[in-house]
Amino acid sequence: MIDKTFTCIVCPNGCKLNATVLEDNKLVVTGNKCIKGIDFANNEIFNPKRMLTTTVKTTFNSMPYLPVRTESEIPKEKVFQVMNVLRTTVIKRQLKVGDIVIENVLDTGINVIATMNTEEKRYG
Amino acid sequence: MKTAIFFWVKKMKYDVTVIGAGPAGLAAAISADKNGAKVLLIEREDKLGGVLKQCIHDGFGLIKYGEKLSGCEYANRSIDELMKRDVSLKLRTFVSKVTKKKDGFNLLLSSSGKLENIETKKIIFATGCRERTPKQVAIHGSRPAGVFTAGLAQYYLNVNGQMPGRKCVILGSGDIGLIMARRLTLEGASVLGVYEAKDSPSGLTRNIYQCLEDFDIPLYLSHTVTRLHGRNRLEGVTISKVDEKMEPINGTEEYVSCDTLIVSVGLIPENELPKTLDVPMSKYTKGAIVNQYYETLVNGIYACGNALHVNDLVDYVSESGEEAGKFAAIRDKSDAETIDVNFTSDFGYVVPQKIVKDSETATFYFRTSRIRENAVVKVYNKDEEIFRKKYLNLKPPEMEKIKVNIEDVSEIRFVMEVSK
Ligand SMILES: Cc1cc2nc3c(=O)[nH]c(=O)nc-3n(C[C@H](O)[C@H](O)[C@H](O)COP(=O)(O)OP(=O)(O)OC[C@H]3O[C@@H](n4cnc5c(N)ncnc54)[C@H](O)[C@@H]3O)c2cc1C
Ligand code: SF4
Repeated sequence: MIDKTFTCIVCPNGCKLNATVLEDNKLVVTGNKCIKGIDFANNEIFNPKRMLTTTVKTTFNSMPYLPVRTESEIPKEKVFQVMNVLRTTVIKRQLKVGDIVIENVLDTGINVIATMNTEEKRYG
Repeated sequence: MKTAIFFWVKKMKYDVTVIGAGPAGLAAAISADKNGAKVLLIEREDKLGGVLKQCIHDGFGLIKYGEKLSGCEYANRSIDELMKRDVSLKLRTFVSKVTKKKDGFNLLLSSSGKLENIETKKIIFATGCRERTPKQVAIHGSRPAGVFTAGLAQYYLNVNGQMPGRKCVILGSGDIGLIMARRLTLEGASVLGVYEAKDSPSGLTRNIYQCLEDFDIPLYLSHTVTRLHGRNRLEGVTISKVDEKMEPINGTEEYVSCDTLIVSVGLIPENELPKTLDVPMSKYTKGAIVNQYYETLVNGIYACGNALHVNDLVDYVSESGEEAGKFAAIRDKSDAETIDVNFTSDFGYVVPQKIVKDSETATFYFRTSRIRENAVVKVYNKDEEIFRKKYLNLKPPEMEKIKVNIEDVSEIRFVMEVSK
């Protein structure tokens, strides 16, 4: 039996949830003010996912590090493994916001994308 | 005499000049242009986007775009929009002096050593905020290297790729400190703990959960750093428990060995320029006092974004810029009476602080002064209740927004009822 308490972060109410996983993998949640809290607890216990945001090295002087993120959330236990992949990545070509930096990173089915343009537009 | 003529010829005239090109200034410039004004946007740095440039983490734009964007992506959307509009832009430009004239303002701009004068009818201050520094916190000991504000550490790491240190202690539970705790952990540093003098966290619940609990980083409430150790580089800190008055309790000292202290003890609106123009400031927000049109008490001067009050969500920052830009573009001087917005000590602050009696509704932003459960916020016009809303939870880190019908009001008072 797993017993876990955590804070629901789906809405600002921030309910203190208490989740118990019974022998048959059934989940009992208390403390939630609405049904979304149950979904949240369910995901957090059986399939926690996180967005990963970090930077990768580039060969450009004007921007030595490019901000990137996973296109959507990846399994939480893969976060440090993906960090290790990104630590050895170097960007050599110009990229725009949303362009793919690494496709299907570590077979998660999720791409890592640029969140800034490498090439500076001319302003002013 | 030649120079005088030269200056006269060169002097550009604008309807609205926006100072600062973070999300607030970008939104203000776009919106003023949309509303027909001739707009100038001035930024002292060489890139647009303000502090969002270093905010690589996600969680921005949920209200405005219905998506969880990173700060950089959020800024990029506004920048793309700005580029489609007819706004004059001056980067690497600093406003050295503002002088009030009969029908507007004269601005002295300095850009790589060159000076230029321009004229503008309206000014919008969108200069953002700055961090409270370690100097503003009472800590004993010399000042070895290795002590950073959270924002500076964020800049070093995210923009320059430099690690501030390997064994970090974080003082203060503000959002930037929490975000940095996760960021440093992901980059391989060990974050020993977050120490907060207050008895509740300053940062958003989401950040406590995803930045600390995810990585088993402990949060110590009612604790502070009282001494720094180390000569050249920081070697450790003394931690003490504090009492309700946030005074360190003798005998509770504990030594923690670390090479880096990151201080995240709050932000203050940046308002050096408006102060030179005698724009009245609020002692609660540390920003200008404004009416529902984002106009300060000095006619023609507007304020928005974090320069006005420190926001927790960038979506509201853009919203304030959009409103300020619109009203700066379309509003004429109003002869309508202005009344005060009063509130009890249950509120940290309420913005706007003034209401011009010429509109039907007004949007208010407020913060509670402490954690409240099951609170009812009511707005009164004299003795008549004109608004009420029930909140299951009110927390100081989370700003609330309400829209109130203010037709024919003669006094506005915010009250909070808390059921025991
Ligand atoms: C270090 C730091 C980190 C932050 N991190 C987060 C975060 O992680 N998440 C979050 O939601 N919020 C964060 N914030 C809050 C953030 O400031 C707001 O969400 C938002 O970016 C504020 O927008 P703004 O346009 O009001 O100010 P800013 O983004 O600060 O923009 C102000 C701009 O004005 C310019 N400027 C100032 N003075 C002058 C002058 N005299 N002349 C010309 N230009 C001038 C500045 O260079 C800057 O570009 C952070 C704030 C700071 C200070
Ligand atoms: S359980 Fe429902 S009400 Fe409570 S925090 Fe989660 S989403 Fe909000």
